[in-house]
Amino acid sequence: MLKRYFQPEIETMSPEDIKALQSKLLVQQVRHVYENVAYYRAKMDEAGVTPDDIHGVEDLYKLPFLSKSDLRDAYPYGLLAKPLSECVRIQSTSGTTGRRVVSFYTQHDVDLWEECCARAIVATGGSSEDVCQVAYGYGLFTGGAGLNGGSHKVGCLTLPMSSGNTERQIQFMRDLHSTILCCTPSYAAYIGETLKDMGLTPDDIDLKAGIFGAEPWTEEMRHDIEKSLGIKAYDIYGLTETSGPGVAFECEAQDGMHINEDHFLAEIIDPDTGEVLPEGSKGELVFTSLDKEAFPLLRYRTRDICVLHREKCSCGRTLIKMSKPMGRSDDMMIIRGVNVFPSQIETVLLKEGYAANYLIEVDRVHNSDTLDISVELLPDQFSDTMRDIEIREKKLAAAIKTMLGISPKVHLVSPKSIARSEGKAVRVIDKRKLHD
Amino acid sequence: MTIKQISVYIENRKGRLAEATRYIADHQINLKALSIADSQDFGILRLICENPQETNEILREGGYLTRLNNVLAVSIADKPGTLAGILDVLAAAEVDVEYTYAFLSSKGGAYMIFRVTDNAAAQAALDASGIHTASQEDIF
Repeated sequence: MLKRYFQPEIETMSPEDIKALQSKLLVQQVRHVYENVAYYRAKMDEAGVTPDDIHGVEDLYKLPFLSKSDLRDAYPYGLLAKPLSECVRIQSTSGTTGRRVVSFYTQHDVDLWEECCARAIVATGGSSEDVCQVAYGYGLFTGGAGLNGGSHKVGCLTLPMSSGNTERQIQFMRDLHSTILCCTPSYAAYIGETLKDMGLTPDDIDLKAGIFGAEPWTEEMRHDIEKSLGIKAYDIYGLTETSGPGVAFECEAQDGMHINEDHFLAEIIDPDTGEVLPEGSKGELVFTSLDKEAFPLLRYRTRDICVLHREKCSCGRTLIKMSKPMGRSDDMMIIRGVNVFPSQIETVLLKEGYAANYLIEVDRVHNSDTLDISVELLPDQFSDTMRDIEIREKKLAAAIKTMLGISPKVHLVSPKSIARSEGKAVRVIDKRKLHD
Repeated sequence: MTIKQISVYIENRKGRLAEATRYIADHQINLKALSIADSQDFGILRLICENPQETNEILREGGYLTRLNNVLAVSIADKPGTLAGILDVLAAAEVDVEYTYAFLSSKGGAYMIFRVTDNAAAQAALDASGIHTASQEDIF
């Protein structure tokens, strides 16, 4: 049976009721965290706040923020709020120890995450009649696990494809009549191109919808994907820190993503002052997990810049909407769905014996991200044989791939050929037009 | 005997080779031989000139990445099979040739430059076969 909503009682709840639910959950959650997470308790003590000061969402501003550096300091167990014996899963971002996020889940946490993803699938018209092809990476990455679980909850026939082997993806898509595709937008675009290369058209497949996230994409890219695959393309938002994809999802209106605010309380702050901004302002998105048990982050700064809107949506959902992220308040880039910090690349360069004179260039060619890294050769690293230099380039590219999880193209250049700047060095040129 | 070769790193950028050769000309450096190896990304300019040490310094001052190497220069007789004969000798001595190129000396005669993995072993093998390797003075 076709349902409009996966959990109508939540998705169409009145704003007053949602606020009351959030307040109730927040009070419990703050107590849970205060009692079980010494790291956050110390932060609250330092700020002079106790659980008794939190009576509802109106008191949220009193709580201290958490940021990526807290995750680093507390890695791996410092923010864990449940004994490991009650945890059933971890998911993780790529990257090195310092930058890696390891998130823990109890069965309750897995269930709520999968329900969030299920809401996203139903919002695209998904039901138990559908065949859902999950072409996000499986494993530590949250993409595969989240949508896989959501698809099960909806009752779709789930194809756990993981990413890659594109011709096989298309073969399964045709043989098993997939109707919903879940992957990164750049991979969706690539599947579209491959379909064409194979001499096929959208008429040869049964896809009707796609759920694409884990990296920024534009309206133009949406249009390309929709055309090449003959589908309607929906955005989905999430981060490993909060659970994974499904924190927010797009509905048929394709105009912003509904936040699953019964689980994730959103705020917009001024990234410089930390001051909470009124609804409709552009600023940094901050999330508080209202009922996650194992890894309940309070006021986690996402560094994504966006706008929140609560207005009547044509889909009938009352959940608040967030715009597509419009940028970052830090230097993190998302390249081929992977979080990349310039400092990670710098670490590899120094470790491999290069100077910290480099330039990172990111572009998007045919809807696929490119990563080019120019590095200055030091005089004693130069050899007169081509082979030695090519080996150097390959070795450096491999070391960077090990660090980031994605392959760069390395260019070794002459000393002093990378422009020096008087002030803050320009290390990154991102030519992608990710924000409309 | 070996002679000195200067290698210059040239990244693949419009006008970079022109800049380098203009710089060499502006410093009144006369090139005896030149060879370029290139990949998609970068090239290596290999030069033989009369005052290699001094030229190397001048290039470094100009910000170029250089390397001074000893390479073998072998006089090549003007008849078929000469190069093959030399390569046979090197192969028999298990010396690998990294690269080779030819030039004409203004004193007359043709030379081939050999950059090998082991100069001493190559030298010994060529000497034993009666193949003469040129010194800096032979060429200039």
